[in-house]
Amino acid sequence: MTSVAFLLLCAAALLGVAVLAVACARAYAATPIVYGATLVITLAAAITSCATLVGLAAPAGLVLPIGLPWIGAHFRIDALAAFFLATVNVGGAAASLYALGYGQHEDEPHRVLPFFAAFLAGMNLVVLANDAFSYLLSWEFMSLASWALVIAHHHDPENRRAGFVYLIMAGIGTLALLLALGLLTGPDGNYTFEAIRAGTRTPLTAAIVLVLVLIGAGSKAGLVPLHAWLPLAHPAAPSHVSALMSGVMTKVAVYGFIRIVFDLAGSLPWWSGALVLAIGGLSAVLGVLQALMQDDTKRLLAYSTIENIGIVFIGLGLALAFRANGMEAAAALAMTAALLHVLNHSLFKSLLFFGAGAVLVATGERNMDRMGGLIHRMPVTSFLFLVGCTAISALPPLNGFVSEWLTFQAILLSPDLPQWALKVMVPAVGGLLALAAALAGATFVKTFGIAFLGRPRSNEAATAREVDRFSLAAMALVAMLCLITGIVPGYFVDAVTPITRQFTGGALPLQANLPWLTIMPAVVSGSSYNGLLVFLFIATSAMLAVWTIHRFASHAIRRGPAWDCGFPDASPLTQYSGSSFAQPVRRVFMARTSATHEEVTMPAPGDMQPARFSLVVSDPVWTWLYQPLAGAVEFASLHLNHLQFLTIRRYLSLVFFSLVALLLVLAIWS
Amino acid sequence: MGLGLTFDVAHLLAGGLVLVSFLMITQHRLYALLNAFALQAVLLSLSVAWQAYVQHAPHLYVTAFIALVFKAIIVPVGLHRIIQRLGIHREIETVIGSGTTMLVGMGLVALSMTVMLKVTPGADPLAREDLAFALSVVLLGLLMMVSRRNAVSQVVGFMSLENGLVLAAAGARGMPLVVEISVAFSVLIAFFVIGVFLFRIRERFDTVDVQALDRFRGERR
Repeated sequence: MTSVAFLLLCAAALLGVAVLAVACARAYAATPIVYGATLVITLAAAITSCATLVGLAAPAGLVLPIGLPWIGAHFRIDALAAFFLATVNVGGAAASLYALGYGQHEDEPHRVLPFFAAFLAGMNLVVLANDAFSYLLSWEFMSLASWALVIAHHHDPENRRAGFVYLIMAGIGTLALLLALGLLTGPDGNYTFEAIRAGTRTPLTAAIVLVLVLIGAGSKAGLVPLHAWLPLAHPAAPSHVSALMSGVMTKVAVYGFIRIVFDLAGSLPWWSGALVLAIGGLSAVLGVLQALMQDDTKRLLAYSTIENIGIVFIGLGLALAFRANGMEAAAALAMTAALLHVLNHSLFKSLLFFGAGAVLVATGERNMDRMGGLIHRMPVTSFLFLVGCTAISALPPLNGFVSEWLTFQAILLSPDLPQWALKVMVPAVGGLLALAAALAGATFVKTFGIAFLGRPRSNEAATAREVDRFSLAAMALVAMLCLITGIVPGYFVDAVTPITRQFTGGALPLQANLPWLTIMPAVVSGSSYNGLLVFLFIATSAMLAVWTIHRFASHAIRRGPAWDCGFPDASPLTQYSGSSFAQPVRRVFMARTSATHEEVTMPAPGDMQPARFSLVVSDPVWTWLYQPLAGAVEFASLHLNHLQFLTIRRYLSLVFFSLVALLLVLAIWS
Repeated sequence: MGLGLTFDVAHLLAGGLVLVSFLMITQHRLYALLNAFALQAVLLSLSVAWQAYVQHAPHLYVTAFIALVFKAIIVPVGLHRIIQRLGIHREIETVIGSGTTMLVGMGLVALSMTVMLKVTPGADPLAREDLAFALSVVLLGLLMMVSRRNAVSQVVGFMSLENGLVLAAAGARGMPLVVEISVAFSVLIAFFVIGVFLFRIRERFDTVDVQALDRFRGERR
């Protein structure tokens, strides 16, 4: 059996599980059965796709006689698809394992179980599809399944609103992709990707396709300014689904972008790279700025996804720019960085959402200003969450550092670009990336510090208990993968070389043979990084320090009263809160924008009331883009409404005059 | 027989169709309007028959025959009866004066000539002229539907518009017979439906002036 047939079988099995889940969702054992089944299936699919990626199984295609009559449904697996299938299925397996424990706390499992399996199947099918029709069908199936998961807890009006916004954005995105693939297919109507690849198109068509794909895949991935639904929808879903949506589904969108822009659209001019770079840089900075302002853990993580997608798109934009100028090695480096960041982000974002879900189960809270001190009550979760925070803050020796470092290496090659616009722009984007990385560090210091350190700010936080073993096992597994990717990145760089060779024409030199598992991506600059040595150094020096302190200073662990600034018996609420941590950055970056609104109400002299401080943080994209857009639509529909009530003769006149007007246009301009 | 004669006869017949359209848009009396419509249908069938002869396409004779039977005989006779039964044969109705209508009509013919001659430079000259005339007939039919208030004359405008379509199709070489027959039948069915509706409108409103319908809709709003 070929790999593609096996993976299709896995997708079919997932759909079967979905049907089974509909039938028996209310049964007592439904939750473990369904998640156990998805765990086994996604694990098998992950192993198969990894084998295909490293060349153990041959790339293959398959045509099934379903779908459009006489055309059928085409599926194919190549290196790119294999890489993304591995990402999807590893994420899916981790989420299934986590949900074996987490899903027990679900009140309405029949609203989650069937769609969870269907969602996994949809994501697999999108990556496997090899013709425009099956691609769009799977894409829409994936969107609808995830929408059903977003509104799983539909009793909360916030979730219903999130589902509504998500549905609209998904519809717009699919429409843009439909138009893009329609333009690529041309009037011949041959929907297979092979035929699209063979076709030629004018620069204008290619430019329109690029913009449409940026809208279509960008709205799903969460590029600014189409990211508005992410911070609403990702927190609304159950946590293992949030992990899938944030960690994995956005990667499927990145896959869609790479497949269409790098593969199907043919060669693009250099400014396409500049456009993607600009949007990526903007997403990275605006996403992380908003993330730092959030007090809701899951919403914070959703905004941080926007930042990471921005980093991925910076890499992809660089790859486009280098490729357009024939710099294959540099393009390969940039694309390797983007692909590694795709993998890394899917790992640590899943880990962080699992952690947020564990805290949610233990305390019932998503607001970090009602947590605190959880490191004493949930030590394992805290440690694993800390690993995730370190990884996402791009600290060595974890995996986030590797991909961001590779991205910077690609940025450093920009002086060789011939266009002055790019020469100026790429370092500026590098500055944005550095800013985003620093702010991401601040964001996760805040998240970990406020939620896990300090004293409990609520009763729930004070009485929290460690979560079940399945959840911990899933988190530990993903944390381990984060560490492995960070320590031996050379193997992962080597694994994606077939992809870069296919889409950029170049590839990085083989890394696995370098001594001490070093990676040395760019031959020209000669810089290298060794995750293993960094890890060994950090581990050894930390152990040495601990041993020295314990040996020469004191053995005992002392517990003293918390420092109270000289005011005895202070309430835990006087601790540093999330918004106080974010205040300096907020004042510097967002003081004069519409994004934040601070208000201090001072009581009159002699009044015994307390002074009040209120802070409203909003996403400026709503006021700057969506509200004017909604206003325009409302205005138009209000004023076009009376067209519904014309007389018959007026309707006829309307037809007549529009026909005459069109003919006049033809007569004058043709 | 040279190309000259072929061209001239086709031109004459198609031009005649446009001329009769002009007759129709200025004709205020219903019986006269119906007679003009019948004349147009006869001209159409002649024109299509000529195309059949020129193009050696025997199936166009069937089209011509259908046009003659349905449009020159059945539809006018049927409408005659309807007008008699409704008792509206004395009604005169205009929305726009005939001078203005004529001027607008001339403008439309000029427009369709300009457009058609511009967009079909590579085509056969016979087909080009035919298409230009056909578009004129379509536009004049639409103009008639727009400028009349009486439902019967709107129906006649619609039928004359359809004449223009058939003329275009016959000149374009290659409209299959199946399409032609189905169009003819759909027109016939439209005629039946419209006839029934005319009586229903009349029963309810005591008039076939469509303004009565507008008033009724206005009340409900």
